Amino acid sequence: MANDHIDITVEPGEVHALLGENGAGKSTLMNQLYGLLQPDEGEILVDGEPKVFRSPRDAIAAGIGMVHQHFMLVPVFTVAENIALGAEEVRGGPLGWLDRRRNKRDVLETSQRYGLPVDPDALVENLPVGAQQRVEIVKALTRDVDLLILDEPTAVLTPQETDELLAVMRSLADTGKSIVFITHKLREVKAIADRITVIRRGRTVVPSNHPAAAPNRTKGSVSPDTPTDELAALMVGRDVSLEVEKTPAEPGREVLKVSGLIVDDDRGVRAVDHVDLVVRSGEVLGIAGVQGNGQTELVEAIMGLREARAGAIELEEKSLTGRTTKQVLRAGVGYVPEDRSLDGVVKDFTVAENLVLDLYDRAPFGNSFALNPKAIAESARERVSQFDIRTPSSQSTVGTLSGGNQQKVVVAREMSRPLKLLIAAQPTRGVDVGSIEFIHNQIIHERDVGTAVLVVSSELDEVVGLADRIAVMYRGRILAIVSPDMPREEIGLLMAGVVTQEAEDTE
Amino acid sequence: MSRVSTATVEDLTEATAPDRFWNRQRRLGVALVLIGLIAAVIFGSLAESATARFTISEDAEGAALSINGQFGAILFGIVAVAAGGALLAGVAKRWQTLLLCLGIVAFVLSFLCWQVAGKFLPLVDTISGSLELALPLILGALAGVLCERSGVVNVAIEGQFLMGAFGAALVGTLATSVWAGLISAVVGGVIIASLLAVLAIRFLVDQVVVGIVLNLLALGVTGFLYERLMQPDALKYNSPPRLPEWRIPGLADIPVIGPVLFESNLLVWLALALVVVIHLGLTRTRWGLRTRAVGEHPTAADTVGIRVRGLRYMNVLLGGVVAGAGGAYFTLVSTGAFNKNMTAGAGFIALAALIFGRWTPYGALGAALFFGFAQKLANYLSAVGSPVPNQFLNMLPYIATIIAVAGLVGRVRAPAADGVPYVKS
Repeated sequence: MANDHIDITVEPGEVHALLGENGAGKSTLMNQLYGLLQPDEGEILVDGEPKVFRSPRDAIAAGIGMVHQHFMLVPVFTVAENIALGAEEVRGGPLGWLDRRRNKRDVLETSQRYGLPVDPDALVENLPVGAQQRVEIVKALTRDVDLLILDEPTAVLTPQETDELLAVMRSLADTGKSIVFITHKLREVKAIADRITVIRRGRTVVPSNHPAAAPNRTKGSVSPDTPTDELAALMVGRDVSLEVEKTPAEPGREVLKVSGLIVDDDRGVRAVDHVDLVVRSGEVLGIAGVQGNGQTELVEAIMGLREARAGAIELEEKSLTGRTTKQVLRAGVGYVPEDRSLDGVVKDFTVAENLVLDLYDRAPFGNSFALNPKAIAESARERVSQFDIRTPSSQSTVGTLSGGNQQKVVVAREMSRPLKLLIAAQPTRGVDVGSIEFIHNQIIHERDVGTAVLVVSSELDEVVGLADRIAVMYRGRILAIVSPDMPREEIGLLMAGVVTQEAEDTE
Repeated sequence: MSRVSTATVEDLTEATAPDRFWNRQRRLGVALVLIGLIAAVIFGSLAESATARFTISEDAEGAALSINGQFGAILFGIVAVAAGGALLAGVAKRWQTLLLCLGIVAFVLSFLCWQVAGKFLPLVDTISGSLELALPLILGALAGVLCERSGVVNVAIEGQFLMGAFGAALVGTLATSVWAGLISAVVGGVIIASLLAVLAIRFLVDQVVVGIVLNLLALGVTGFLYERLMQPDALKYNSPPRLPEWRIPGLADIPVIGPVLFESNLLVWLALALVVVIHLGLTRTRWGLRTRAVGEHPTAADTVGIRVRGLRYMNVLLGGVVAGAGGAYFTLVSTGAFNKNMTAGAGFIALAALIFGRWTPYGALGAALFFGFAQKLANYLSAVGSPVPNQFLNMLPYIATIIAVAGLVGRVRAPAADGVPYVKS
């Protein structure tokens, strides 16, 4: 059950934050409100009247708009076509000739009225994510919404773009529209929300005698004055430490050395552009940056998953360029891939099998001809308890586990051989807070035994928490290498490509 | 705030394609130079030094163009080389398509000079023959456009042709009406289309597999009925009236174009009109915008209140109508009787035309005409006893499609959700 008797009331002109961990049921709740899913029980009232939403069509008619986490835009359409889709201005009666001029005028009108600049003739696939999001918002606004739902809108934005979006949300609320803002980022909630509903495991949470309860407004909601750590505790159900505890790093010899690396992406566009970096033993180098600035291609090039066009990659002074992925792994590199279901685990394999995906042909797990099921099962039992993998048994298929436990399987596999270098890409994406803490501690532990660690994450908080040094990537280049103590705002500016004097000095 | 935003909007314009030396234009240039050299050297040396005459009408008199075969083969080969050279030299991008067409046409002309040397090629007959052979391909490819632009892969064009051809022959004979035959052809196409729609959209079966199975089903059903019903009593069941040829007075007197376009049958006009109608429909109407949205990003279409499955059903059935009409060509226009497996892979060539034409109506028309021309030329070659096996020309559609799919002639991009069933999450 994704939602269990949730009550939520949204008033006109307010920004209502829906706060919860990944998988808590926020999106499920909103998809029911938008007619994409049907509730088994309960009712939805709009302006006091009960409504049944069988499809998004009904929700739109009732004045509800939604900006989805994964944008609902047709990449090969222009901005105007995307915005018109489903609510086209037509003439010629049943023939339905598109009235492009009127469609375009509507777009520009809405765009100007709310201060959301969009170019109606641009192709959506050519727009950066921030602009695509503005298109989504304009699309919702042209349909005369009273209630606008934004599902994890800041996940793909730089801190600066996030601030812009928060300002837009505020000004929309001031015109009397209601905003539901779904997020798991506490800082943003504190910055914008008029009211907060916390969801945990499909239920609204707020202890009845808790001081956080808003005075008599609606049950379930929390006032925005609630301290951050209390909100975090409500969200995860126990007190959590938001910071990663660690001792100062003791960097040793150079383990990974990348110089002059150039890598192209699938379309042949340069993704990594003359990158130089060094990771030493016993330190964590974090790579910060908005998704899609070359981090993926950089890691894939190191792992031998993607061909580098130029440059050198060395592991302890031995070249890794041109090696196969298997050779790279055997050389002592551990790899936590960014997309676990694509590259990390085989969902239909058991936990035990997944734990030996890289060692199955070596003693004691097997040889070139056969596997040794006994050794595999035995070591699996050890790992399961050592890495706190919550699974009915080591013979369960990985697909049945939660995201966090799947990720622990990946981490357990990669960390159970002697490593010189650990590469962790988005190590806690889609992972519950409890597992995040555990995985972070494991990464720090690996550092403390002298492994060089490269962490790539689009969550700035994660990079700041884990890293001893932070390299900021923007459009395939490393703009600067900074200390994690640098103010967030300045790292944020770097992530947006703005190089400040101070950052240049630090390098 | 707005300043920062404008900056991001401007940013994207500078995100340019990579600066590779062997870009598309240079690759095409090399290809043209190569085929031009082949034409000039091989065709030129093999060609007889006799006059090749391209005449307007059927007889050998009044040539529109007379040229020495060997000289022509070499000349047009050199023209192709020159076109390729211009591309290699880096002429402006807007000339690219023109030069490419010039090069290909020159290559074809060089080949013709070699083959026609000492003989004659009647132009009107060649063009109208090409158009007639292209007719089912146009309709089949248009059916494919309707299905695939909304996201349903249609491999069953062949089966729709067969059912259409069979229905037209049977009902046309029984009702002794060519119009009843035409309507039955449409019904036959729709029967296969509705099976495709239900299995692919409702039951989410792999669309390519469904298509192949439906082709086999159509082949089996029509083959069985042909042997049991039509063969024993062909007069009663398998002698449909032919579609009448109409001549539009005035227009039909225009040289070349007149006899090709205005002395023809209803199906030709229908096909050509449909190309324009479907093109306008897809690009200018609400239906077209929604169809393309459903074929590219069905979830996005759903979230703005479009009924994805409903639209797909509609378009697959419309495709059935068009492909069924294409099937009528085989019995009501071409031969005048049904025969077992008489479509002989035409549905697959139509599919090739769809892909070669990049899923657009005009592209499909161009590809279908090109393939029709190749077929007509193959017939001509075997008639004049050319040393070139006509099977080589019959292979052309498939080779052209492989080249197109391999991306050698520009980017071929199918609708993003083509073949992906829509399931609500």
